[in-house]
Amino acid sequence: MSRRTFSMGGVHPADNKISRDCKIEVLPIPDTVYIHLGQHIGAPAKPIVAVGDKVKVGQPIAEPGGFVSAYIHSSVSGTVKSIAPRKDLAGNPQMCIEIAVEGDEWMEGIDTSDTIVTDFPDDAKTSLEKIKAAGIVGLGGATFPTHVKLMPPPGKKCDMLIINGCECEPYLTSDFRTLLEKGEQVAIGAAIIKNVLGVDKATIAIEDNKPEAIKHMNEVLTNLRKLSSKYAGISVMSLMKKYPEGGEKQLIDAVMHRQVKSGGLPIDVGAVVQNVATALAVYDAVQKNKPIVDNSVTVTGECFPKQANLLVRVGTPLKYIIDYLGGMPADAVKVISGGPMMGKAIANLDAATLKGTSALLFLTAKQTARGKEGNCIRCGKCAEACPMGLEPFLLNRLSRAGGMLDELEKNAVQDCIECGCCLYSCPANIPLLDVIRQSKAQVMGVIKARAAAAAAAKK
Amino acid sequence: MSTTIIWTIAIIALLGLVLAVVLYLVAERFKVVEDPRIDEVEKVMPGANCGGCGFAGCRAFADAAVKAPNLDNNYCPVGGNEVMKKVAAILGYEIKEKAPMVAVVRCNGSCEARPRINDYDGYASCRVKAALYSGDTGCSFGCLGCGDCVAACQFGAISMDPATGLPVVDQEKCTACGACAKACPKGIIELRPKGPRGMRMYVSCVNKEKGPAVKQACANACIGCGICQKTCQHEAVVVENNVAYIDPAKCKLCRECEAMCPTGAIHGVNFPKPLDKDAIKARIKERNAKAAEAAKAAAAAKAEEPKKEEA
Amino acid sequence: MSKLLVSPSPHIHASVSTKSLMRDVVLALVPAAIVSVLFYGLGELVVLGTSIASCLVLEYLITRYLLKKDNSVGDWSAVVTGLLLALNLPASTPWWVVFIGAVVAIGVAKMTFGGLGQNVFNPALVGRVFLLVSFPTYMTNWESNGGLFGIADAFSGATPLGAIKEGLIALNAGTPGASTLSELTSQYGVSDLIFAHLGGSAGEISAIALLLGFGYLLLRKVVRPYITLSIWGTVALVSLAFSLAAPEQFTGPAFNLLTGGMILGSCFMATDYVTSPMSIKGGIIFGVGIGFITMMIRYFGSYPEGMSFAILIMNATVPLLNNWCHQRKYGRA
Repeated sequence: MSRRTFSMGGVHPADNKISRDCKIEVLPIPDTVYIHLGQHIGAPAKPIVAVGDKVKVGQPIAEPGGFVSAYIHSSVSGTVKSIAPRKDLAGNPQMCIEIAVEGDEWMEGIDTSDTIVTDFPDDAKTSLEKIKAAGIVGLGGATFPTHVKLMPPPGKKCDMLIINGCECEPYLTSDFRTLLEKGEQVAIGAAIIKNVLGVDKATIAIEDNKPEAIKHMNEVLTNLRKLSSKYAGISVMSLMKKYPEGGEKQLIDAVMHRQVKSGGLPIDVGAVVQNVATALAVYDAVQKNKPIVDNSVTVTGECFPKQANLLVRVGTPLKYIIDYLGGMPADAVKVISGGPMMGKAIANLDAATLKGTSALLFLTAKQTARGKEGNCIRCGKCAEACPMGLEPFLLNRLSRAGGMLDELEKNAVQDCIECGCCLYSCPANIPLLDVIRQSKAQVMGVIKARAAAAAAAKK
Repeated sequence: MSTTIIWTIAIIALLGLVLAVVLYLVAERFKVVEDPRIDEVEKVMPGANCGGCGFAGCRAFADAAVKAPNLDNNYCPVGGNEVMKKVAAILGYEIKEKAPMVAVVRCNGSCEARPRINDYDGYASCRVKAALYSGDTGCSFGCLGCGDCVAACQFGAISMDPATGLPVVDQEKCTACGACAKACPKGIIELRPKGPRGMRMYVSCVNKEKGPAVKQACANACIGCGICQKTCQHEAVVVENNVAYIDPAKCKLCRECEAMCPTGAIHGVNFPKPLDKDAIKARIKERNAKAAEAAKAAAAAKAEEPKKEEA
Repeated sequence: MSKLLVSPSPHIHASVSTKSLMRDVVLALVPAAIVSVLFYGLGELVVLGTSIASCLVLEYLITRYLLKKDNSVGDWSAVVTGLLLALNLPASTPWWVVFIGAVVAIGVAKMTFGGLGQNVFNPALVGRVFLLVSFPTYMTNWESNGGLFGIADAFSGATPLGAIKEGLIALNAGTPGASTLSELTSQYGVSDLIFAHLGGSAGEISAIALLLGFGYLLLRKVVRPYITLSIWGTVALVSLAFSLAAPEQFTGPAFNLLTGGMILGSCFMATDYVTSPMSIKGGIIFGVGIGFITMMIRYFGSYPEGMSFAILIMNATVPLLNNWCHQRKYGRA
């Protein structure tokens, strides 16, 4: 048992990692894939193929639409059938490239073998270019373009790279399986990122409910260190199981005992955090020239007939995955993309997976239905649970009063990380986060407008 | 005994005197000189403090109006021309009269017309819902039905119709302050001119998707077929992004588009007579026939003209 | 296709509800209630029954017919109020006095503010203090006809705190033959005070039963200990200082911590969610205030016991404490 964890708040939802023993299984390629152009935070990508074009697996089909944006690659080989708006997971129309699958022909230069390549280029620039070209985005959920994150602003120095293997959300097991089955690749990916950042230390942080993964990664690192000095300085850290440990700010607090200032970035305290799946994608990109065309997805839920960790091509229709595993269970009422604490409820099952889709979770009405909202009994459990030290009861009251944006900002609503601990622990079932998320968006708008005005005034 | 009383009176009197002087000095020191016209203007304002004019309240509006060089950018939608005339009289300005406006809900996706494909379980707010997903129906543009507009209205002019699940504007109470339009995350509420005797035409749909998809989602939706645009003789209807829009400035209230619309997405309100679709359709048919004949004749004439020249 | 349920995250909820919390408080009070019935006999059962039943009925009637809201009887909060009120009354209280107490507790102290979560003052305490002021004879009548199964004898006397106060008044007035303070306190063995002693409100007589319940609440994480501990700490420090300075006038820490409503008040009344501060900092100030005021009333006031008044006075400061004291935020000094 590790005692190391973040310093305030947090909750302990039941683990429910019922798919932890399911090996990562390759899902057969569907007939058609739908690849959305907005797969990441920032500007949507711009298509660089036309309807009727033949594409191969790994061929870029869309280029970044701005500085914070990313390449998108075809996940299959076949013909582009349409480039048109299509409803996404939330049911909102988004630009999407539809590709009819023909065979499985990969782009030249992509190494599809299983051989592990341990020697990587010393030149940071080559690696960074490859990462950018591979369209890698943060696969921990935020889908922030990785190449942007690996270019710290001038004057900021990184002290430590943290590879986030916490997987603190209940049910999710894809990162755990990745660590167990592709530990070498993850470790090499971590070493590459460490090299790109030019930092001495890297830590692979894993929660102590995954002792197998901790043991395995320690062995992997011992072996790699024997091979090359490039693997020095990478270690494994066991953390106490507590949600939301995998939150960037909480993880930095737990690992480095440093806290990112409100409105600041992790790099301000010398930290860069990357997810396990991202490290694997970096390995694929740099060592194998393989862009993101697939990712591992946990498909789980007590009501679901079969638990699985699947390697899924980007843009695979959800229905195809569900049917592959035996169809939609009758008592499932909610399908969540991601974990139960921060995942998004899916409104449209006709949609397809994205790069950042880490799980499909099926919940029954009993597991997920919200209770009736009661009066606040001022128990303070929300404030006790908040990992940012906020007072959700107060923010809720201010939000509902209306027009209290100044007060909300003073009480740090903009620091909310939307982890859901407050709503999770509220005995009166008050929709705290629903309300706070809205005020946060409003206050963020005000702060941005103010910053823009200040910048304009400077000019 | 009597000395106690005298002392008490004396001390209290002295205290009163000292405090009066202090108060006077403070009042002098912090006196704010204000244009007296601000008070006058504020008096004639409706006093709703709704913010419909773009200022924080009636006092802020009065302050801005007094300081402004003219009243072109200061208009109180709630008070309308009547109040603005009074304001102009006080300040000695001219005003541009504006047509009275009213809030119009541009969605007709009633429960019947728009089958539900999802259920919502969370804080009942359109804004929360809109940030999360497209809504409970196949239409990702239409009304979400949580009533943020109702909550935003200070005048009690909007209510939810439980039968349709859509907001209904009471045009008598609506002051066109625009609070509902701002509150609606889907932007389906538009301020439009009230029209002569309240008669006005509008397209009750904002769905920008293509026809077949829209038709599947909602029976009452505008499918962007363009019949209205072809029918209109006044160029008042334009179909853009698969959805029609009627320009109130050009519309002559002939109701032809309404009669021709295949889905009933075009609404005409407050007309004295109910819409006689057949009569209008017959009229249009006749007109089209005449036009076709005229075109034929013109073509024939054109065909003959060169012959004449030849001859 | 079947409909999908869509809601904002999180999609799961802890197995805690207002009802479960209130039920835990009720469970925690059961040992004290059992001890009180064993020691005071059937009279105590009448008080308990009347109090809980009238609180429930009043809550139902008021929410249903006056406030026209969904009735909140199901959340167990009225049971907690009823139970606490009963445990704060002498076992000999007539049923109609208990009922008036319930009317004040639920009707005045809770519902006029808007019901559960809205009240400023602890309802059970308001009810008790109202009765104490309105019906002093009933409220200081500690007679008992004897407990069940011969556990306790019939009793008529004063509470330990009352006896000390009377004794000190006699002593300070120079009454011939008055006992000194040490003689007075020696009547009460510490072990009696801990396990059970007669004389006092039904819920005050057994420290161990109350502490057992409080331990359960701590274990279930229903309450956090800082308010209770800061009350105990303050009481111990204040009484230690006074008793060292003038041992013939002031009682010591052990006596003060174990007598009167100290345990019931500090464990169950001061920790009431609604009427205590939200932050730890606020809670500690709140607890210190209660401890200090209690000791001042006990030493210098005309009432022998000050716990109820101290809690009510500090209840009034809670909105202010909530405004002043916030917990530390991440990444902010």
